[in-house]
Amino acid sequence: MGIEGVGARVARKEDKRFITGGGRYVDDMVVPGMKHAVFVRSPHAHAQIKKIDVKKAQAMPGVIGVLTGKELKADGIGNLICGWMIHSKDGTPMKMGAWSPLAVDKVRYVGDAVVIVVADSKGQARDAAEAVEITYKELKAVVDATKAIQPGAPQVHAEADNNLIFDWELGDGKATDAAIKSAAHVTRMKIVNNRLVPNAMEPRAALGHYDKAEDHYTCWTTSQNPHLARLVMSAFYNVAPENKLRVIAPDVGGGFGSKIYIYPEEIVCLWASKKTGVPVKWVADRTESFLSDAHGRDHVSTVEMAFDKENRITALKVDTIANLGAYMSLFSSCVPTYLYATLLSGQYNIPAIHANVRTVYTNTAPVDAYRGAGRPEATYVLERMMETAARELGVSPAELRRRNFITSFPHQTPVIMAYDAGDYNASLDAAMKAADYAGFTKRRADAAKQGKLRGIGMSCYIEACGLAPSSAVGSLGAGVGLWESAEVRVNAVGTIEVLTGSHSHGQGHETTFAQLVTQRFGVPIDSVSIVHGDTDKVQMGMGTYGSRSGAVGISAVAKALDKVEAKAKKIAAHLLEADEGDIVIENGEVKVAGTDKSLPWFQVALASYTAHNLPAGMEPGLKETAFYDPSNFTFPAGCYICEVEIDPETGLTEIIQFVAADDFGNIINPMIVEGQVHGGIAQGVGQALLEGAHYDANGQLLTASYMDYTMPRADDLPSFQVSTSNTPCPGNPLGIKGCGEAGAIGSPPAVINAITDALGVVDIAMPATPATVWATIRATKH
Amino acid sequence: MSDVSLTVNGRRVSGSAEDRTLLVHFLREHLGLTGTHVGCDTSQCGACVVHVDGRAVKSCTMLAAQASGSTVVTIEGLSDGAELHPVQAAFKEYHGLQCGFCTPGMIMTATDMIARHPQGLDEATVRAELDGNICRCTGYHNIVKAILAASETMAKGAKGKAKQAA
Repeated sequence: MGIEGVGARVARKEDKRFITGGGRYVDDMVVPGMKHAVFVRSPHAHAQIKKIDVKKAQAMPGVIGVLTGKELKADGIGNLICGWMIHSKDGTPMKMGAWSPLAVDKVRYVGDAVVIVVADSKGQARDAAEAVEITYKELKAVVDATKAIQPGAPQVHAEADNNLIFDWELGDGKATDAAIKSAAHVTRMKIVNNRLVPNAMEPRAALGHYDKAEDHYTCWTTSQNPHLARLVMSAFYNVAPENKLRVIAPDVGGGFGSKIYIYPEEIVCLWASKKTGVPVKWVADRTESFLSDAHGRDHVSTVEMAFDKENRITALKVDTIANLGAYMSLFSSCVPTYLYATLLSGQYNIPAIHANVRTVYTNTAPVDAYRGAGRPEATYVLERMMETAARELGVSPAELRRRNFITSFPHQTPVIMAYDAGDYNASLDAAMKAADYAGFTKRRADAAKQGKLRGIGMSCYIEACGLAPSSAVGSLGAGVGLWESAEVRVNAVGTIEVLTGSHSHGQGHETTFAQLVTQRFGVPIDSVSIVHGDTDKVQMGMGTYGSRSGAVGISAVAKALDKVEAKAKKIAAHLLEADEGDIVIENGEVKVAGTDKSLPWFQVALASYTAHNLPAGMEPGLKETAFYDPSNFTFPAGCYICEVEIDPETGLTEIIQFVAADDFGNIINPMIVEGQVHGGIAQGVGQALLEGAHYDANGQLLTASYMDYTMPRADDLPSFQVSTSNTPCPGNPLGIKGCGEAGAIGSPPAVINAITDALGVVDIAMPATPATVWATIRATKH
Repeated sequence: MSDVSLTVNGRRVSGSAEDRTLLVHFLREHLGLTGTHVGCDTSQCGACVVHVDGRAVKSCTMLAAQASGSTVVTIEGLSDGAELHPVQAAFKEYHGLQCGFCTPGMIMTATDMIARHPQGLDEATVRAELDGNICRCTGYHNIVKAILAASETMAKGAKGKAKQAA
C-alpha cells in the first residue's frame, strides 16, 4: 500500500470544489434563454379530473406556456414503466396501472403532477400555477395497504382488482409448515417496517433543453444513473432517440435510491422545452420532494420462526404486505421480492423458509428502493425475531445467534442466494468486545440507581450487494443487465482519465477509483481524473445503487487496467528489447525485472501515440474499455450493537453507544468506508427513533416538511464506534463486497432490540419517539 | 422592485430584484454565487447559511431588500485566495462531507460557532450548536470531528498571532 494507493486513507480529490462553493448541481446550471417551471399537483389523494382551465394562467405576466397531460399524450409521450417483471404464484404477470407523466383523467395521490407552467421567473410560474383552474370529482382514498386489499376498498387502478399488484412466493411452503408444526418452540410476531422519505439534501431538479437547429435534447438531471435515464426516456417515453438525447447528472447532492428512478418531471421538462422553444428548468421545493419523491419501506409482516429442542432454527415463515403507493415506480417490484425474501436466511442456517409477498396499490406516493431496499426490511424481520425468540427461550441473544450461524462456505440458502465467504462469529466477537457487552449488567444497575432504564440490543445483518449477475437478474424478471463499464485513457503525457458508468453522488469515486489506478501504475493520484455522469462523454453504464460501485464499477476499471497494463508491457518490452514476461510497472516506471533497464511511464504512453516504433501489427494508442458482469452477488455482513438509556419521565431515548463491526471484504479507502457506515447508521437510527411518513385517512401527507418529518440532527446521535474484520470476496478481482447500505440495514433492529430490552416489552413501533416510549411505559405500568 | 446594494465577499454589488426575492436567491441568481444552497425553503436545514454583518444567517429567511447595506460573506469568500480557511481544510482532512450539498452551510455555521467560542468547543456543544443544519450523508460524526479540530487549529493560530504581536 502506497500513501495514495489501495488501502490508504486518502483525503478526497473532489472535496476542493465542495468546500469552496464550486460544486455544480443541476440548480446551478444556467443555459441562455432558460425559463422556469412549476408543476400544478393534485391536492386530492384520489379524484377524477373533470376539467382543466388554463386560460387565466396563460394570461399571467411572464407566462410562456401552460401545458397539460392531454397535449403530452397527443405528442406521443409514453407512460412511466416498472422495469422488473414479477409473476404472481398463479403465473399471472403483475397488474400494472398506467402512470402518465402528467395525469389525464384521474389523480391517484396528493402530489400527482397535472399541469406544467413555464414562465420567465420561478415566482411568475408559481403565481400562474395558482391560477390554473382544475375541477376535480373527489373519490374515496385508501392509504393503508392492509386495508386496500380488503373487499370494497377504493380501487386505485382498474387493472388491479382489490389493489393487488401481485401475490408472490419464494421458498418451500410445505416443508416450512411441516417444520413449524413439529417444532419445539415457535416465536410469532407481527412486524411493521415504517414508511420513510429518503430526503437527499439536494431536492430533485431537471433542466430540459431542446436545440431546434440540431434537433437534439439535453437533460441535466439529479440522477444516480444518467445512462439508464437516457435509455428509458428513449425506449419507453418516446422523448427522443438515444443519439439525440444527452443526459447529464453533474454533482448530485445525495440519492439514497430516490434518484435512481426516471420521474415525470424530467420527461415533461424535455417535452415542454420543445413545445415552448425555451430551455425549461424545474427545481423541487422540499414539500414537493416529500410529496413526489419515491418513499421507502412500508411493510407489514406476520412472521413465524420455529426452533428445535437445541434452539436451532428449523423454519421461517413470512407473510408480507408491501405498500407500493399509487403507481409502480421503476424498480418497485423487485424491492419487496428479490431484494427482500432472498435475504431472509440472514446469517443463519435455516433449512426451510417460505415467504409470501403481496404488493398493493394505495393513494400514496410511489414506494421504491431507499438505502438498503428490501434488505433492511428482511434484516428487521429476522433480527427482531431472533431477539424475541432469545427472550422466550431464555438464552442470551448472542448465544442464540452463534448457535445458528452459518460457518462453512459456500453456503446455499433455501431462498436463492449462495453465500461465498464470511465470518459471522468474528464480527459478533468484535462488536461485543468494542461494546464491553460483558460490563452491561453493571451499567444497567448503575443507570437504574439514577432512575434511568438501560437496554442493549444487537443485530447481525447480511446483505446481497454487487448488483448483479446480468443473466441471473434477467431470469428473475429484470429488464436490464447489471454489469458496469469502464474506459481507461492514458494520455500521451502519461496522465490518465477513467470514464466510468458508475455515478458518484457523495460516495467519493473520484478518489477511490483513482487510488486503484495509482496502485497499478505508481503515478501520482493528481494525474488521474475520474469522468462520470454524462452520456456524451462516457460509454453506456448502469449507475450507482445497491452498493454496487465498489464491487462492480471498480471491477470494470480493474479489467480495463489489465488491458492497458498488458499493452503497455508489450510496448515496453519492444522498446527495451526484453521479454514481455519480465516487465513490471511500479512507482511510475516500466522496468525489466532484475535489471537497471527502465522507462518512465510517460515515455511508454508517448511511444504508443507517436507510433514510431511499436511492435509489428500493434494499433497505436493506449486506451482500453471493459465491461464487467459479476458472477455472483457479494455478501457484506456484520454485527451492530446499540446501548440506550431511557428517561422514564420523558420517554426520551439517548443512544449511549453504537458499535458497528462490518465485513466489507477488501477496502480501498477506509476513511470513505467509515463515512458510508456513519451515514447509514444515522439513517437507520433515524428510522428507529425519529422518522416516519404519515398520511391521514384522506391521503393528505401530514409529514411534508422538516417541521413535521424528524430528520436526525447532530444532537440526536452519538459518535459511532466502527471497525471492520474482512474476509475478501472471492467473486471479483479486488475482493470487494460493498459498504454503502450496511449502516441503514443493520441498525434499526439493534436500536429497537435495545429499547424493548430497556422497557421490558416485546415490541414497540418505529419510530420509537419520546411520545411512543412514554406511552409504552405508562401502558406497561398499569 | 427593490434596489439592493451589498458588500459581498469584499466587493460592492448592487441590483434590482422583485420585492419578494430572498437573499439566497439574490446571491445565487443575481450574483451567480451558487455555493449557497436551498435545501428546504423553511429555514430548517441550514444549507443556505451565510454571514451577514459577521453573524451566521439563514439566507432563505431574509429578504434581499432587508440585507441591503449589509456586508455578506458566502462560502466563495471564506478563504483569502489559494489557501483554504482552517474550517474548510478540516472538513477535507476529516472527511466531513460526502455529497457536498449541505457543506457550504455547515462550514459557514461552523466558522461562526468557533468565533463565538474562543475558549474552545467540546463535542456536546458542537452537536447542540449544529441543531440548525441537516446533513443526510455523514451521520455528523466526521463533521463534529472536523469542527473540533478546526477550533483547536484556529485557537493555536490566534495564540501564535498574539505571541507575535507581543
